[in-house]
Amino acid sequence: MLELKNVKVVFNEGTVNEKIALSSVNLKLEQGDFVTIIGSNGAGKSTLFNAISGAIPTVEGEIILGQQNITDLPEFKRSCVIGRLFQDPLKGTAPSMTIEENLSLASQRGKHFSLKLFSHKHKQEFKKALANLELGLEERLETKVGTLSGGQRQALTLLMATYVTPELLLLDEHTAALDPKTAEKVLEMSEKLVKEHNLTTLMITHNMEDALKYGNKTIIMKDGNIIAMVEGEERKNMSVDDLIHLYSSTTHEYTDRVLLKQ
Amino acid sequence: MSLTVILGALELGGIFAILSLGLYISYKILNLPDLTVDGSFTLGCAVGAVTTVGGYPFMGLFLAFFSGCLAGTVTAILITKFEIMPLLSGILTMTGLYTINLIVMGDLPTISLFLKETVFTPFQSLYPYGNLIFIVIILVILVFLLNTFLKTQVGLALRATGDNEDMVRASSIDADKMKLIGLAIANGCVALAGAVFSQHQTFADINSGVGMMVIGLASIIVGMSILKSDKILFQLIAVILGSVVYRGLLTVALQIGLPSSYLKLLSAVLVVIAIASTNLKRRKKRC
Repeated sequence: MLELKNVKVVFNEGTVNEKIALSSVNLKLEQGDFVTIIGSNGAGKSTLFNAISGAIPTVEGEIILGQQNITDLPEFKRSCVIGRLFQDPLKGTAPSMTIEENLSLASQRGKHFSLKLFSHKHKQEFKKALANLELGLEERLETKVGTLSGGQRQALTLLMATYVTPELLLLDEHTAALDPKTAEKVLEMSEKLVKEHNLTTLMITHNMEDALKYGNKTIIMKDGNIIAMVEGEERKNMSVDDLIHLYSSTTHEYTDRVLLKQ
Repeated sequence: MSLTVILGALELGGIFAILSLGLYISYKILNLPDLTVDGSFTLGCAVGAVTTVGGYPFMGLFLAFFSGCLAGTVTAILITKFEIMPLLSGILTMTGLYTINLIVMGDLPTISLFLKETVFTPFQSLYPYGNLIFIVIILVILVFLLNTFLKTQVGLALRATGDNEDMVRASSIDADKMKLIGLAIANGCVALAGAVFSQHQTFADINSGVGMMVIGLASIIVGMSILKSDKILFQLIAVILGSVVYRGLLTVALQIGLPSSYLKLLSAVLVVIAIASTNLKRRKKRC
């Protein structure tokens, strides 16, 4: 499904500030895999996402999605088949346009943008989709997105990213900026949508519990490398403490919680 | 104030409204400060004048619009393909256009259209309202076209590009193409205004574009503060209204006895006051 072969990303190449953000990352995912990614700041998690989505260029390696080699495709072409959510809930929607207009754009994903006049004929479909979010947004199609709360906007972004079913969904700490209750709701919505469409998904999180609770695989990253992958039985029987222990022993970063336990 | 003065102000206000509508696309919709305007306005003047001398005044309007589109395309390519910052891209195109404009005008700094047949000639039977009627017709057509365009799928994508570029790229829309389309249409309108202006004034001047960006900006700001609306149609009308009111203010200032050479300074100061006052108000609210 998604395959990364020796993907390397270097920032400020050839200068004194040169930094290897991703060093020869290899990863192979099957259709329907839901992978959670953990790792400290600067481990290369977001860089990995940016490389996959085409926001930054790779120095070496190949990225294959489905049957297609997308390594050299521009960002906007890749986004025909890749849905993305950012940590910043304001990044995924156009604030001065209405909910309906935003959804209309999302429903055109991967299609040709023509001179066809914007019409309200998809209104019922939009309403139905919005009703699934259970936020009451279905009654507010004419509302400017800029007036919605962060949680509402992130939920709307989630809907927009999956409205036309993507081949790959990238969730970059998409609930980190929301309050705990809203965060949980958006996470549950994400899981529901992922299951519904059997989406191949990558999710970055800093929450160890979420890392285990959601998905079927967990990856630990450090210094631009994938240093561990947990899946199958091992993952099923793993407790949060086990994961923290694994994280600490592989990354050599000991947190208070781990030290206290010992 | 005599009728001639009032009509003159309305006519000029209408002509600069065409320019302001163009600037509305680049500045308001795309959120790009586009300085190409000063060059593409003169380009429109030059193309409009040369074709009028050749005996094809109406053809001149279309050619001017088209040449303006080309100028906007050049700026868009500088911004998107060569990643030069928008302000500098505009300045570069504007500077380059000075030479192009001189070439179009046959190396003459001015072209006189005195006693030549212009787009206004067929409307002279309606004197003294003929000129104004023609300008209003152009504005109505332009507002209709722009309003319709901004409601198409491409128009929607164009608005989203100015609103949130990250989102646009993540929605499989080519943001670079949208900027190109937007800047082309914007400068097309500006050049069209130039062509109408030169035929209205019956001369073209190589320096007539200086300060046009500020005039357009002032019209947008004045208009948006008079008529506040989220609807595209009303915003377009607001821009026209702003242009006419702004021209009216300048006419009054000139009638009172202000030397015409002070106009550019007055325009600049007005824009500064308008932008500063909204920004300062916002800062006060934050405290």
